[in-house]
Parts: sequence; structure tokens; C-alpha cells
Amino acid sequence: MTSANLARVTHLRPVPDPSPPSRHSEGEAQQPTIAELERWATVLRIDCTTMLAVAKSGHLDSSLSAADIVAALYYRVLRHDPHNPEWPERDRFVLCKGHAAPIQYAALAHTGYFPREDLMGVRQIGAHLQGHPDMNRTPGVEVSTGSLGQGLSMCVGICLGLRLDGLAETAHVFGVLSDGDIQEGQTWEAATAGAHFGVSNLTAIVDYNHLQTDGTTEEVMDTGDVRAKFESFGWDAVEIDGHDMGAVVDALERSRALDRPAAIVCQTTKGKGVSAMEGRFGFHGKPPSPELAAEALEELEQRLELQTKSLQASEDG
Amino acid sequence: MPAEAKTEPIATRHAYGDALVELGEAHDEVVALDADLAVSTQSMKFGERFPERFFNCGAAEANMMSMACGLAATGKVPYASTFAIFASGRAYDQVRLGIAHNELKVRIGASHGGVSLGEDGASHQMIEDIALMRAMPRMQVVVPADYNQAYRAVIDSYESNDAPMYIRLGRPSTPIVYDEIPESLGGGVDVLREGKDISLIATGHMVWRAMDAAETLEREDGVEAEVLNVSIVKPIQSEPVLESISKTGVAVTAEEHRVTGGLADAVRHVAAEQHPVPIFAVGMGDEFGISGTGEACMEHFGLTARGIADRAREALVLKPIVSGSGGRGDRAARRPRRDREAGQADRRPLARRSAAAADRQRRL
Repeated sequence: MTSANLARVTHLRPVPDPSPPSRHSEGEAQQPTIAELERWATVLRIDCTTMLAVAKSGHLDSSLSAADIVAALYYRVLRHDPHNPEWPERDRFVLCKGHAAPIQYAALAHTGYFPREDLMGVRQIGAHLQGHPDMNRTPGVEVSTGSLGQGLSMCVGICLGLRLDGLAETAHVFGVLSDGDIQEGQTWEAATAGAHFGVSNLTAIVDYNHLQTDGTTEEVMDTGDVRAKFESFGWDAVEIDGHDMGAVVDALERSRALDRPAAIVCQTTKGKGVSAMEGRFGFHGKPPSPELAAEALEELEQRLELQTKSLQASEDG
Repeated sequence: MPAEAKTEPIATRHAYGDALVELGEAHDEVVALDADLAVSTQSMKFGERFPERFFNCGAAEANMMSMACGLAATGKVPYASTFAIFASGRAYDQVRLGIAHNELKVRIGASHGGVSLGEDGASHQMIEDIALMRAMPRMQVVVPADYNQAYRAVIDSYESNDAPMYIRLGRPSTPIVYDEIPESLGGGVDVLREGKDISLIATGHMVWRAMDAAETLEREDGVEAEVLNVSIVKPIQSEPVLESISKTGVAVTAEEHRVTGGLADAVRHVAAEQHPVPIFAVGMGDEFGISGTGEACMEHFGLTARGIADRAREALVLKPIVSGSGGRGDRAARRPRRDREAGQADRRPLARRSAAAADRQRRL
């Protein structure tokens, strides 16, 4: 099925093989640099584009806007062990915006949770990679998500469970939310509860890309100053450029050390990395056409080549 | 310390609170959540005993259910309680994705089910929760008949299996059906009284009423009714149901719930596939609840022993027409009634009477 599908999409070139080994847990190997993380984000973007072109279904632009955040988490910030997904002390990653599953799947595959070949089965019958993350099918998925608004509540529950196990100081929970999550009232129930229960090992990362199914968030339902809202709920709240890798890493690492729940509002661009899609309305939930996929892959692969060369040059220097 | 069996009327929700404390003492993994109704659901007993393992989420049921999902994902066994209306209605999607779809071991203590919560009226009287939870994949639905059975249901819910479970509890004091705290729920269907003429198949608050109805039918009509208590509505144990209806040839179900999607449909499903017999239903029709005392509400909607007995008489009229055999129940149904309704005895021909009975049934 997978290879047959790949064969049909003849214009798609194979994804370049990544070189650096993934970081499995704390203390092992050295921290990837910002430039390396940026390169990983490009690799993940390439995989997402290929996956959804093959699947002919899925949310590409929503995945691309979160690529830098997800790369920073999986390659640098998260303490996790892909060979032992049930490691009790691991950090938890919850993709509250479950429709961006492809970006998480790409990160899980690249860091070793399952073979990369599996990626091309996404959204197809018999594959373990469902349209939205499924904890009972896919290693590395902590809880199933996909119904907006529920993820942050699940994160609060996980935090309280970790606290009862004496792991609140060790294991951190990172939830990635969309602006759709912010529109759901339940997110604010969760924000209230996170502060009320004094949860200190929770970071909510908002991938605020300002575009949703029916238009811009400003047109459809203006979510306003999300940072100020979290702050008023008793959270530590910062706002950053969600595509500035250095800022993303700094904000994530800073949030670990706080004694209260933290929100990082990431201003992002939907479809980031593919010029034809960036910030453009009308792509939500739509897979790339073969032409768009080819154009996107060409652009992304050129960037990857430049990033790889630049890394090699700095190593040589 | 295990509770002692109750002998006087008491609400099933009290069993929830008492059993929860026992579970908390035995198992560190047990945690409880509530949504500002801990006194009503009795989960406050757990909260007072184990404050560090109790999370009152305030009036935010959706958040509570998703938090229960998160807690279960870390290996805890959450008991999340609120009124049935909020547990199954407001938080349906949260229960569906976070708990049922994830196959997480979460127990939902849904108190104040049905119309017997009384005065609060239609906004709070949940009469379609069994239907919603039956339809939800992987969700088990437990509706205990009295305190003693409810206590067992909650205790056993910890170890019975890992599938999610919805436990429907009630507000009012309810007569005791089980003299002792039963050893287990078994397969979820108990024959409480044997009889050969008609099966009265009831759940929850309607079980003691079905027992009363059986007494009435014996006394006034000479009908020997068999009474079944269905405490596990999903998955329903078909063998005892089939055994009973193949013996009696006709049945009446009784539930404090819409007949659509509830016990009536569960029993009819079993019968329709394997042993079709007339099955009449006592329950809520296509209507909402109403304010009044709990007992007045039950009366208003015919959710009474008399309501069950009357429906049984109608069903018994149909029995010989469908089965083609005149059993004793058939004769009994035609015998003039000695009760106060005798004066209004229906003198229409049998076929028209049964058609009228079937029409009444269809309206439900």
C-alpha cells in the first residue's frame, strides 16, 4: 500500500536522509544547536508535505506552522526515550491541536519511536498513524486528541497524576494548542484549574497562526490578546515569534523552571516554509495538490541543502 | 472498613461515597474528581479522607472529564462524579474522546439520574443518559437497584475490568432490594422472583417497583410474574433474558429513562434477534421531565408499580395473539380485575384492545 502510493506520486523525490543522531535522554550526546534545530524543522516539514501528498488528506498548513516548536521540543527540550516510550519520568508532549498530527508523527519517526516508512501510511486503512493522534495505536502519543479544547485539560490531569507519583519536579508536560483551542471555552476551564491546583510542570504553547477553516481568527472569532488572557488566569505568559528558533528554545527552557503554569504564545504563520501557502487562507484541512507538493518540496529541499551546507561549513571552520 | 448492608431505604449515591472511601483505603491509585456537587454525589466522603487525591473541579464538567483522562493516562484510576445530566450530556464529547476512545479505566459516578431528583425539574432530570452511554463505543453502563447493589457495583468497578464505566445513581432514598451486599453483580442480570406468566425486566429505581408490581399481579390477577434486575445495561447479558422470555412469552421493561435507547431497546434487541416476543415498556416517552417531589414526578410519568402492573396487563392481552397459545397469563388477563379499575374494565373485543395497547406503546 505504502510503496504503491509512493510509486504513484512519481514527482515526489525521496526525503533526504538526516544525518545527526537523535537525542534520547538527558546527558546523552550534546545539545543540538539552534542551526541544527532549524535544519530539523525543515526535515520535519519535508516529511509532512510528502506524507499528506501521498495520503491526499490532512492538515498541512497547520502542521507547518508548528514545525519549529515541535522540532525544538523533540530534538532539544523534551526528556524522552523513544526506545522506552513508557519511561515514567519522561516529559509529556500533548498535541492539543491534534489535526497537526503529521508534524508530531514526523518527529516521532525521526527520533526513533517507529520506522520512518510508517509515515507514508498516515490516514490510511490499516496504518497506526490515524488522522488525529491515537494513544492506543501510536507509540509516543500520550493521549488521543483531535477535539479542540480538551487537550489542556488532559495536560492538567497528567500534571496532577505526576504530582501524586512524586514526579512533578522531574517530568514536565508540554501542550501545543491552536487558536481553535483558544476559542473553545474548555481551554479556559483548564487554565483556571491549572492555576487553582498550583500546577508547576505545565507549559501551554499556543501556535497562534491566525488562520482557521472559515477565515482569519480576527474575522471568524477574534481571540484577542491571548498572552494577557493567560496572565489574567494566573499563568506566567510570554509572547514570542514562533519561528525564531532561539526564542522558542529559550521560552521552553525558561518555562520548565517556573513555579506556576506557563503559557508561550507563539506568533506563527500558517503554512510556514512553503511560500505558496504562507499566511494564505483556504488551505486548512486540505492536502497539497501534486503540483503544490512538488513546488513545496523543491523549496523545502533547497532550504535543507543550504542549511546542511551551512552546518558543514561551520563544522569544518 | 467495608460497609454493612443497609436495611432501611437509602439513596444509591450514598453507596458511591461509602464505597469510594473503601477503595481509597485499599488502592493508592484511586483518585476522585467532582464538579462542585461533591455533597450531592457523596464524593466528599472521599475528599475528606484523601484530600490530596481529590480534585474538585468546580462547575466545569468538561474540564473534569478531560482531567480524568489525563490522570488515567498516568496510571491513576479516576472516579469522576457529577449529576447524570452533566456527566453524559454536557461532557459527552470529553467522555467520548478522552475516556471511551482511549479505553481508559475511568469510572463515572453519575448521580441524580432520572426524574426522581424531583423539584429541580426538566433541566436537571437526565432521562437519556443510558441511551447516550449505551451508544458510545466501549462504554459500560451500570445501573444498580439499591444501596447494597450500588455498593458492590462501585467496589467491583475497581477490579472488574479496564474498560470505561458509567455508573448511574439516584438522588432519593430507595427501598432495599438486596438483603445483603451481594457477592458480585454477576453477569448483570439477576432473577429476583420466579414466575411463568410474564417477565418484568427492570433497572435502577424501577426494580423494587417491579417487585411490588409482581405482588400486585399475583394478588389481583393471579398472574405469576418473573422479575429480572438488569444492573449492567451494557453489555446486557442475554442468556437470563432469553431464558425468562422463552418461558413466559411476554415481557415488560421498566426504567426511569426514555424507552428509546434505554433498557427497553437493550432487551428488545436481544429478543428481536433470538426470541421475538411482545415486549412492552414502562419509561419516559418523547417528553421532558417536570418539577415536583421525586415521588410525584415518578407518579406523573407512570413510573410506578401500578404503571408496571397496568402495562403487564396490556402485554398479557397481546400474548395469546402473538404466541398463538393461551397460557394462564392469557386467562388471567381476561379475568375481571378486582382492583379499583374493575369498574372501568375494557369491554372491547380482544383484537381491538390489543391494537389500542400497541398504539399506546408506539407513542413511547
